[in-house]
Amino acid sequence: MTDIHLKTIFGRLTWESFPIHEPILFGTFVVVLLLGLAIVGAVTWYRLWGYLWHEWFTSVDHKKIGIMYVILGIIMLLRGFADALMMRAQQAIAFGANEGYLPAHHYDQIFTAHGTIMIFFVAIPLVVGIINFVMPLQIGARDVAFPFLNNLSFWLTAAGAVLTMVSLFVGEFARTGWLSYAPLAGLAYSPDTGVDYYLWSLQIAGVGTTLSAINMVATIIKMRAPGMTMMKLPVFCWTALCSNVLAIAIFPALTAAFFLLMLDRYVGTNFFTNDLGGAPMMYWNMVWIWGHPEVYVLVLPAFGIYSEITSTFTGKRLFGYSSMVYATVVITILSYLVWLHHFFTMGAGPAVNSFFGIATMVISIPTGAKIFNWLFTMYRGDIRFELPMMWVVAFMLTFVVGGMTGVLLAIPPADFVLHNSLFLVAHFHNVIIGGVVFGLFAGMVYWFPKAFGFKLDPFWGKVGFWGWVVGYWVAWTPIYVVGLMGTARRVRHFDDPNFQPYFVIAAIGALIILVGILGFVMSIVMGFVNRTALRDVTGDPWDGRTLEWSTASPPPAYNFAFLPVVHDLDAWYDMKSRGYARPTGDFRPIHMPRNTGTGVILAGLSLSLGFGMVWYIWWLAALSSLALLAVAVGHTFDFARDTFIPADVVAATEVKRRTLLGQGG
Amino acid sequence: MTDRTWDAGEPEIAWHETGAEGHEHGGGATVLGFWIYLMSDALIFASLFAMYGVVSTGYAGGPGPRQLFDLPLVALNTALLLVSSITFGQAIPHMEAGRVGPTQAWLAVTGLLGAAFVGVELYEFSHLIAEGAGPQRSAFLSAFFTLVGTHGAHVTVGLIWIATMLVQLSQHGLSGEMRRRIICLSMFWHFLDIIWIGVFTFVYLHGVIR
Amino acid sequence: MSLHSTPSVHGASGDARGDAHGHGSRRGYRIGVALSIGLTVVPFWLVMSQALSDARVTAAIIFALALIQIVVHVVSFLHLDTRSEGGWTLLAFLFTAVIVVLTIGGSIWVMYHLNVNMMPTPDAAAAPMH
Repeated sequence: MTDIHLKTIFGRLTWESFPIHEPILFGTFVVVLLLGLAIVGAVTWYRLWGYLWHEWFTSVDHKKIGIMYVILGIIMLLRGFADALMMRAQQAIAFGANEGYLPAHHYDQIFTAHGTIMIFFVAIPLVVGIINFVMPLQIGARDVAFPFLNNLSFWLTAAGAVLTMVSLFVGEFARTGWLSYAPLAGLAYSPDTGVDYYLWSLQIAGVGTTLSAINMVATIIKMRAPGMTMMKLPVFCWTALCSNVLAIAIFPALTAAFFLLMLDRYVGTNFFTNDLGGAPMMYWNMVWIWGHPEVYVLVLPAFGIYSEITSTFTGKRLFGYSSMVYATVVITILSYLVWLHHFFTMGAGPAVNSFFGIATMVISIPTGAKIFNWLFTMYRGDIRFELPMMWVVAFMLTFVVGGMTGVLLAIPPADFVLHNSLFLVAHFHNVIIGGVVFGLFAGMVYWFPKAFGFKLDPFWGKVGFWGWVVGYWVAWTPIYVVGLMGTARRVRHFDDPNFQPYFVIAAIGALIILVGILGFVMSIVMGFVNRTALRDVTGDPWDGRTLEWSTASPPPAYNFAFLPVVHDLDAWYDMKSRGYARPTGDFRPIHMPRNTGTGVILAGLSLSLGFGMVWYIWWLAALSSLALLAVAVGHTFDFARDTFIPADVVAATEVKRRTLLGQGG
Repeated sequence: MTDRTWDAGEPEIAWHETGAEGHEHGGGATVLGFWIYLMSDALIFASLFAMYGVVSTGYAGGPGPRQLFDLPLVALNTALLLVSSITFGQAIPHMEAGRVGPTQAWLAVTGLLGAAFVGVELYEFSHLIAEGAGPQRSAFLSAFFTLVGTHGAHVTVGLIWIATMLVQLSQHGLSGEMRRRIICLSMFWHFLDIIWIGVFTFVYLHGVIR
Repeated sequence: MSLHSTPSVHGASGDARGDAHGHGSRRGYRIGVALSIGLTVVPFWLVMSQALSDARVTAAIIFALALIQIVVHVVSFLHLDTRSEGGWTLLAFLFTAVIVVLTIGGSIWVMYHLNVNMMPTPDAAAAPMH
């Protein structure tokens, strides 16, 4: 075959695209391949494919979709953290004559992949997953507003993650930083596949995130249990609402920015090029219109988790519920007015910089109000320092420092000194780890028994907790210090040996965080091993206050045999304290959505579309697009999307539940 | 610290919904959900408008709006889309009265007008490209083609949707599900007309007089 | 704001017949059609006939007319009012309008300042750079 034929079939994909010559990548590839084969083999051996397909992959049950999101997030956390360890190791040794072990070409991909993966494929899936699992239960609903869309959203996110992972072994990932700034990300400076992988992964996943956000907002507005007015909505649901409203408001800007950059790269337009009238800084502008509110998309649900846990483990109603709600709404709106503080140094002049600087400082007021609400909830409370509550306390101590360095950076003259320094990097890791990650761990520990029917192993859970908290401080305090001394971010090699001790300490901190991650994984493993002892038969293991604790652990497919009627903010606490009795009969058939494989198929086709476009395999991209259209339209011809759970099945499930409750005393 | 005190075993508290099931599934949320989707789509257009606004004078020595835009053609296109919005409005009372045939007829008329709109737009684009004023020529033209083209792509999706509805109306008549879909489609179609107001004002008319 | 009070004004729930919105909204719809035709014709006429000598006045007028026409379309074609979906559609629309203004206005403001402060060509956006 001639070259031209090969090009038609394989686009720009050649043998050179596979990094066989790079020992680190090849080793990783072998390990991943062996692990993958082991998993596929095990699933085949135990004949689990049918079970996985029918019960999980095609499921439209919000609980299962939520769990799949969380599993995706944890897997990608391992990948993103591996990148972090590699960077820490490189920076700890690459001083003076020592060039370290990573060539610049590879190092740049690692810091790009680390940031991209941690935000888009760790934080977002974990947040969306927890909202998916918890929110419908808390509002007393049986599912989300659009169950099929929920399944599709998950698979689109997963397809984006897979495409990012493919870049590890086929071609390479972007070397342009986690937001791929133009003009560096334009075709002139990044002609290879990296930025295309980046753009297609994030566009596919971004569609999923937007659809999921629309779904969650419609669910909260339309499907609350009778009697649950907005001011009786649990705080976590309020934060989920605001977070998803914000996501709907900002993801279009990111989608548009990526779309325009794609046009620049594929069609040859001049949006973000240096010549022919292009405006590269407009890319920064649009990306940060998304980027800053995105931080709040992630942290607001974490605030909701802290609120629920604080209230539960102090045995008190949340202090200042309505001020908490208003603070959340105010943050939602203000977060849209601060984006320029990410590029104060771009030269917008004093009027613009002052406006955005002041808006940034103002946003710390409602956030501070929240901290005080949690403190006042704890004040004179009967605090139980179980694992979820420990995460809350660690969060408050850590996050406040990050918030204060943030206010420092909001002052434009200070930002001119600290812009793109490691001080900035330490700041946003401080708020993201201390705010979002701690909250996600708190949430996972708190709702794990609801999802699986047993608690996590408390010893390994504490190992995980102390590993993360101690590791965070050991890893990032020295980074703050060297950042304040002027060290720039994204540096692969240093000349001044005086900095080396700081980076060695930071690397040790990263290893302590590794202990934290392994401890968390072990707490799941050992929890499973000891599941009989850790079993939750009551459905209410923490003496909870909201409706998710009123149903079984794990909840039945229909969540509630009868939809609850809500009279008070802490609905389940209200039910418990006013002598609520479980219904014992008169069960009725329950109307539920039917499972469908369309979501998996659409996401698979999106993946092949992305792959075809990345490698210029035009026939594959065209076929995938046509198939996407055909499957999407074809799906609308399916009108039989519902099914009924018969009354006797409901009755049998509920009787089994009562028997369990009897054993639990 | 007690939050409230209740008489133990207060009588007659309804803890469960006992009436016929109704609202607990998404059907009732479709229109609201679709509305929210339209809002997010409006924000994509807002970003494209912002991009256009920023580079609207980035001619790079190439042709500008005055040389390129053919206002009578734009007026024709505007009329086509506005009339298609009105013909869609004619379908709605028939749909509400349950008359399948007239509903289909008005939808078909709307689709033809929409197709004519897309046709005129493609003619305009090909004409510009033939003149050497393609999207690669300058940032202004990049933004023009992208903004107008994205709108045109939406109209094309609307056409596919109309075709699908025509087939499904023959199969299912005006069931509740079908009515919901047609309502969403009408919202989508009117929404595209609203975006076009921004396009003809901000891009074409303002471009010519600036 | 209670949830279960309002049936959809669009009659999307399937039992649209007999919905209260029948006559009122048809009349609103006809007024909307008339207004939207007028609001389309006038700006085209203003620009194509060059009726006003000052282009900036013309620009201000056509922008104002566009805003009015958008409101007319939203009210009479999309049936947006305070009652539909318990006010949520209106709330969503207003929130979106604010975000649209911030996105477009903010971007242009920011980018304008960047261009003004750009050295050495004062008119960097308009001038071709080679």
